[in-house]
Amino acid sequence: MKNTISLAVLRGSAIALTAALALTACGGGAGDNAGAANEEVSAEDVQAALEEGGDITIWSWEPTLDEVVESFEAEHPNVNVNLVNAGTGNDHYVALQNAVAAGSGVPDVVQLEYFSLPQFALAESVRDLSAYGAGDLQDTYNPGPWNSVQANGGIYGLPMDSGPMALYYNKEIFDKYGVEVPATWDEYVEAARALHEADPSVYIANDTGDAGLATSLIWQAGGQPYKVDGTDVTVNFTDEGSTKFAETWQQLLDEDLLAPITSWGDEWYQGLGNGTIATLATGAWMPATFSSGVAATAGKWRVAPLPQWQEGEPTSAENGGSALSITSASEKGALAYAFLEYANVGDGVQIRVDNGAFPATAATLESEDFLSDEFEYFGGQKANEVFAESAKSVPEGWSYLPFQAYANGIYNDTAGQAYVSDTTLKDGLEGWQEASIKYGSEQGFTVSK
Amino acid sequence: MTTASPPPAVPGISPLPAARVRKRSWSGWLFIGPFMAVFAIVFIAPIAYSIWLSFFRNQLVGGNSFVGLANYAQALQDSQFWSSLFRVTLFLAVQVPVMLLIALLAALALDSGRLYGKSFFRISIFLPYAVPAVVASLMWGFMYGTRFGLVGNINDALGINLPNPLSPDLILASIGNIVTWEFIGYNMLIFYSALSVIPKSIYEAAEIDGASQLRLVTAIKVPAIRGALVVATIFSVIGSFQLFNEPSILQSLAPNSISTYFTPNLYAYSLSFSGQQYNYSATVAIIMGVITMVIAYAVQLRGMRKES
Amino acid sequence: MSVAVDPARSRNQKAKSPNIRMKSTRRGVDNPKRNVLLTILTGVVLLYSLVPLLWLVINSSKTQDDLFSSFGLWFSDEFALFSNIADTLTYDDGIFVRWLLNTVLYVVLGAGGATFLAVLGGYALAKFNFPGKKAVFAVIIGAVAVPGTALAVPTFLMFSEIGLTNTPWAVIIPSLISPFGLYLMWTFATEAIPTELLESARMDGAGEFRTFFRICLPLLGPGIVTVLLFTMVATWNNYFLPLIMLKNPDWYPLTLGLNAWNGQASTAGGEAIFNLVITGSLLTILPLIAAFLLLQRYWQSGLSAGAVKE
Repeated sequence: MKNTISLAVLRGSAIALTAALALTACGGGAGDNAGAANEEVSAEDVQAALEEGGDITIWSWEPTLDEVVESFEAEHPNVNVNLVNAGTGNDHYVALQNAVAAGSGVPDVVQLEYFSLPQFALAESVRDLSAYGAGDLQDTYNPGPWNSVQANGGIYGLPMDSGPMALYYNKEIFDKYGVEVPATWDEYVEAARALHEADPSVYIANDTGDAGLATSLIWQAGGQPYKVDGTDVTVNFTDEGSTKFAETWQQLLDEDLLAPITSWGDEWYQGLGNGTIATLATGAWMPATFSSGVAATAGKWRVAPLPQWQEGEPTSAENGGSALSITSASEKGALAYAFLEYANVGDGVQIRVDNGAFPATAATLESEDFLSDEFEYFGGQKANEVFAESAKSVPEGWSYLPFQAYANGIYNDTAGQAYVSDTTLKDGLEGWQEASIKYGSEQGFTVSK
Repeated sequence: MTTASPPPAVPGISPLPAARVRKRSWSGWLFIGPFMAVFAIVFIAPIAYSIWLSFFRNQLVGGNSFVGLANYAQALQDSQFWSSLFRVTLFLAVQVPVMLLIALLAALALDSGRLYGKSFFRISIFLPYAVPAVVASLMWGFMYGTRFGLVGNINDALGINLPNPLSPDLILASIGNIVTWEFIGYNMLIFYSALSVIPKSIYEAAEIDGASQLRLVTAIKVPAIRGALVVATIFSVIGSFQLFNEPSILQSLAPNSISTYFTPNLYAYSLSFSGQQYNYSATVAIIMGVITMVIAYAVQLRGMRKES
Repeated sequence: MSVAVDPARSRNQKAKSPNIRMKSTRRGVDNPKRNVLLTILTGVVLLYSLVPLLWLVINSSKTQDDLFSSFGLWFSDEFALFSNIADTLTYDDGIFVRWLLNTVLYVVLGAGGATFLAVLGGYALAKFNFPGKKAVFAVIIGAVAVPGTALAVPTFLMFSEIGLTNTPWAVIIPSLISPFGLYLMWTFATEAIPTELLESARMDGAGEFRTFFRICLPLLGPGIVTVLLFTMVATWNNYFLPLIMLKNPDWYPLTLGLNAWNGQASTAGGEAIFNLVITGSLLTILPLIAAFLLLQRYWQSGLSAGAVKE
């Protein structure tokens, strides 16, 4: 063990030191690598860590990572990757928070959805990857996902996938009732009326209040309800973009044009499959779910650009998507970074795309192979063209709260009431705003409207 | 069961009265010790830790600081906390009596010996108790669906329009239904077991006096099982105040009906796990613990007072 | 209660001679006339209890598609129960079987240990007068009233300090305490072990443990089976604690695994397997139901004894 330590010290890299320490399975070194995260780690260090090998643990629920891990291990026989599904979404964040709070059982690499990344960045639970030279990767990624991993002037993860939005629609239903596929949100409301009138069991969409969808559509409408500067936070849902969304959606609510079915439940899958839910506005990661969860309707659905708020330059937004980050508690930063590069920049990207993921890297998004891929599920449509176009037209300057995971959790307590009572969506959003401000203040942020 | 075996004859020593327990000695700790040791680890220590936590506040920005009783002061003025408490109290006031009454009636029916296929009834009604709360909630969640669930099927078949069990107005009743379903059989068995050990000679005497069955029930059977009733009530009170699994699993189906502060327990859970407010969460949990204890104690006092 | 009384019979009984009267009354109490109306009324409760279980059985026989498109309380055209069971057992390299074995492990160690501790503790409360007995009782009642979620976070933090999280011990150790089991054993031991028997054993100079294992334990049989069954149910159904303590699906119990399968539908790219969730639910409750049916005789007498105590 002594040998290993002196070797690492000679190499002058604190990261490698801790990696080597852990490699020898000696727990004694834990805790004194606090300053390690900020020190430079060169490509050689990363390469050395790869050759030395060792174990790393990854927490992710992304199904396409399985194969990436396999091929990574095949290329680097000394490395053993332990891929753990610690839950999906909130369960996963809870587990991560608990592990960080407990100071043990923290994985080396975690999946973080873009909306939750600022929260963990602020708490310094994950590392600024600038020290690893991640800044050089700026042009590798599309601007949308790249902006999403920036927080507090650092780079807190490498984008794994992205969710440029599109409108999925059941062509059979639209054809059957002779309704045009809407190009604007006003037309969308019209189409909703027409479909529901033609067949009262058909709804244009399902919605019971979804914070992710609401914030994405406000983003598309040019709203900026959140402004974040360090610990100074502004929450304001009365700007123009938010109002546009609230007013349009209010019409759908008032006329009962939205199916009161919560997404991802069994009724939702049924509705998508039996034609009672006619459209779905969501991210480009959806096709995989369609083909596995709603297999019966293969060939009936198509993809269209997201309806627009106004005529002119097409505008879109991101919905979902996540990055892989390295935890501050990890003792194998260099090795972890090697995996990040492999999965999110290197060969892993193609493996994931082949398995149905939607990438964040610009080169893949522009490649001919990718764009010309014909989706059998969508009747042979080249759906990636629609998605790639959407990815290019995401407005810049959007940010999420540094406590977005919590804010999303209380969306249904406040804005959700517009779906089941006389409360308007506008009032509901203001209620959400107040609740978010209250929480932010309690957590020591300087919050204003 | 109440017949004590006759005292064994020990030559030269007169047997002690059956009711007298041994004189005080430490040897009881040999047997209660292991239980208490584990109990200390999994109950006492976390509770003590919770109390300690409740005096601090840890912020995302600014870190940890001692705040004395500020968390308790905040909880007392927290409208979300009080609304959750009101909701479980309402639940307690309606669901527990309904459930216990049905369980009692079923137990009396079994005990009357007038049922065809008694043992089939006994085991069948008890079966839902073996279903995990997770499975029960998933299952009822499927059935509650007005579109494609069983409720929807019934609507279609009969051409009627049943209200949505997952709507905000009905959700508490729907959860009450799940809990009732899970625990009727359990409580029934407790009551039935208590009934079955009432000495038959008492009935005989009453029947000889020409007492009606109804009178038999109200004058003899129910008073005789008061102990079981009190225990079942206390356990139900505690269960109601700790309501968590059912609403938390149904929440994904009815997010607008089940808020993050639907029950105190769910509130404590949301505070600590999604809000990272461990300290305030601990405070809420401690206050709930105290309230539950007071009410359980009151039920016990009241039950015992009637007895004397 | 709608129990109909037969006034004629009561009158008749009174009129008869003491000898005959006693005889007929005993038949009246032990073997009364069956009542159709009462059977029907209780039948309503029975239906209420069984219909959801019937739903579970019926829907276990449906494919993922039929689940959505056929009437909930009747079989669909395709009877897929066996293929569903096969799929449940083999999905994801047979992880369900692993969860089943984990659950069995937690039940054997957790429920077994809980029963052991409860038997010892209940015996102590019933048959010993020791210093601090009242305090023990008060502390236990008080602790039971504190919501489980309150304990979850501190317990988690403590367990991770000593490196127990993500190991089976994190689930087993908290399962070792069953306040209800302790209560049952206490009441049962009070009735089942005659104090004189203990006294005489002590007069003979037998040690406390010897007395307990040789003389008392056999008397506690039905009570032990009862407590074992109830702690088994508690451990088998345990959800919240493993949810917090375990992150590695290889250590999941069935409840957590089923919920993960149910949640899988809500993952982008995840496969919706509601048919396996339903079939898995059925398979999860079958062992418990079997245990209750097989051990009926024991736990019913155990409960009866426990109920005597007021």
